[in-house]
Amino acid sequence: MAGHGHGHDHGPVENPIFGMVAEFDSPDDLLAAVKRATAAGYSKTDAYAPFPIHGLAEALPNGTDDRLPWLAFFGGLTGCMLGFGLQYFINVIDYPMNVGGKPLNTWPQFLPVTFECTVLCTGLTTFISQWALNGLPRYHHPIFNAPNFDRATQDRFFLCIETKDPKYEPNETAAFLNGLGALNVAEVARQ
Amino acid sequence: MATEPMGGKRTQLIPENFIDNEHDYESITDIIARVVLNPRPPLIWFIMTAGGFVGLNVMLMAVTWLILRGTGIWGNNQPTGWAWDIINFVWWIGIGHAGTLISAILLLMRQSWRNSINRFAEAMTIFAVMCAGLYPLLHTGRPWCDYWLFPYPNVLGMWPQTRSPLEWDVFAVSTYFTISVLFWFLGLVPDIATLRDRSRSTWAKVLYGAAALGWRGSAKHWFRYEQATNILAGISAPLVLSVHTIVSFDFAVGIVPGWHTTIFPPYFVAGAVFAGFAMVLTFGLPLRALYGLKDFITEKHLDWMAKITLATGLIVFYGYVLEMFYGWYSGNVYELSLVNHRIAGPYAPFYWALIFCNGIWPQALWSHKLRKNVPFLFVTSIVIGIGMWLERFVIIPMSLTRDFITSSWGYYSPTLWDWLLFLGTMGFFTFLLFMFIKVLPFINIFEMRDLLHKNHHTFGHTAHEHDAAHAEEAH
Repeated sequence: MAGHGHGHDHGPVENPIFGMVAEFDSPDDLLAAVKRATAAGYSKTDAYAPFPIHGLAEALPNGTDDRLPWLAFFGGLTGCMLGFGLQYFINVIDYPMNVGGKPLNTWPQFLPVTFECTVLCTGLTTFISQWALNGLPRYHHPIFNAPNFDRATQDRFFLCIETKDPKYEPNETAAFLNGLGALNVAEVARQ
Repeated sequence: MATEPMGGKRTQLIPENFIDNEHDYESITDIIARVVLNPRPPLIWFIMTAGGFVGLNVMLMAVTWLILRGTGIWGNNQPTGWAWDIINFVWWIGIGHAGTLISAILLLMRQSWRNSINRFAEAMTIFAVMCAGLYPLLHTGRPWCDYWLFPYPNVLGMWPQTRSPLEWDVFAVSTYFTISVLFWFLGLVPDIATLRDRSRSTWAKVLYGAAALGWRGSAKHWFRYEQATNILAGISAPLVLSVHTIVSFDFAVGIVPGWHTTIFPPYFVAGAVFAGFAMVLTFGLPLRALYGLKDFITEKHLDWMAKITLATGLIVFYGYVLEMFYGWYSGNVYELSLVNHRIAGPYAPFYWALIFCNGIWPQALWSHKLRKNVPFLFVTSIVIGIGMWLERFVIIPMSLTRDFITSSWGYYSPTLWDWLLFLGTMGFFTFLLFMFIKVLPFINIFEMRDLLHKNHHTFGHTAHEHDAAHAEEAH
């Protein structure tokens, strides 16, 4: 295998098979299948569905994480400080203007802009980091080679066990997936 | 403790099925995607788009002439420096607010009936804010210098006045527009992926494929998607309230009679939601009939939207009553004379038309039958749209033409160019909305699938659970 032309210059040659995919026709079947795959010890798995299914990511190994809310929080905090700091700098340091003897740091009047800056930075951070953490945008992904996969955005539900999984063994994994009540099970090519 | 109300009727948390008739994931996807992927839109689509395109050109002409000649072509004068520009700015931005309310506040409240109306309501928000933003930008008189409104280091050593509500508007409206676009696009990506996978033409595949950003429906992505949606909804809810509160501060921070009341922020926000829901009905009712989507935008939806319209209308009407009350109770001669000016002055017909449109007519929505009567709802939504426009007219020129000293009294009437710009923005809005309907799904497809899934769990059960269990045993 290693001698074939497509390999990278260094490191091991990637397996030409990305994984084994099983197709289901209901969200409940998929959820049950994911739970059983996790229980059976499969760890490099992913599920694909045409809408968010409650509990599905939680049932996958490493399916969830809390980085996004934290990033959004710190994005918002940064926006808040920038917004207030900007106004403080303008009105107190760079362009102080005495209006009727009022204090230069009229902080209550700085709140609307501070609030808007907080919201803007939270929103931008959330939007950008959700794509970054998902690894999107991306031109192509091997899962798109799965048969019938165009229906993953319409009405079908897929479970994929990747070849990277230490427990992956073609015949055994196919038998396992067939045993979950899948409509069909197929190997997915990487290219 | 009895948990059931008298009569033994069970109260359910999700009492209604928001999809009529029998549907499955495929039929939902098919019906909504067909609106976009069908190569030949209905004739009315062509008529509306063409009409909107004419309006768009009228707007461009009005803007061009304005830039060539200056704001003198408008009816603005002394004392009415704020005229149609600000009326239309407030009116348009208010129309946008229902979209954010539906997409953010109803989402946070887990109101699943929002699913079939949120997408085009959000689109309306974005287009309405575009129309709204145009007015203050042009009102500066030198729109090519509008970047001066933003704080940036410059050779003059000058900064914008961040203590002024007018400057707060700059931050509020630009933030509102940005967040609305991000929120809208985030929700669109999974549906664009559906279009990518369903479209037959190469062009459509390439364009939708690029816009879908490689979305593949991974459960890990959906999890993060929901996190992001909840965060964006969580910040949009206070954002939308802040935007119209700040718009009301434009007035309320001034000392002009009729502007200086503490009821303004909640009264403006309620008015915005009132106008926004009216606009959702104005466009939603014809679209629903045009594309045969009565199964998704059901009578229940119309009924509930009408109820929200009625409730916000009552808040607005309370505002009108309080304005009169403040005028009398303040004991301030200027406030009192403004009240007299409103009810009996030269603009009195506008004031009474306002009371009729926003105060009296919507009371018909108390009737259960009328809330489900489509032609009546359509007429009501237009009456409310006009009424909310009149409200801004009543607030702006009426106060400005009668302030403290007789020498600064005046009269205001719009010119042809005021009218052309206003009608032009309506055409621009219509054009954008119908172009949107042609290229993107105007009902959120994946949320409708999700709703169907939840309906199955609430109202019935599928045989699939059993199948899966049996298959496992057989193995």
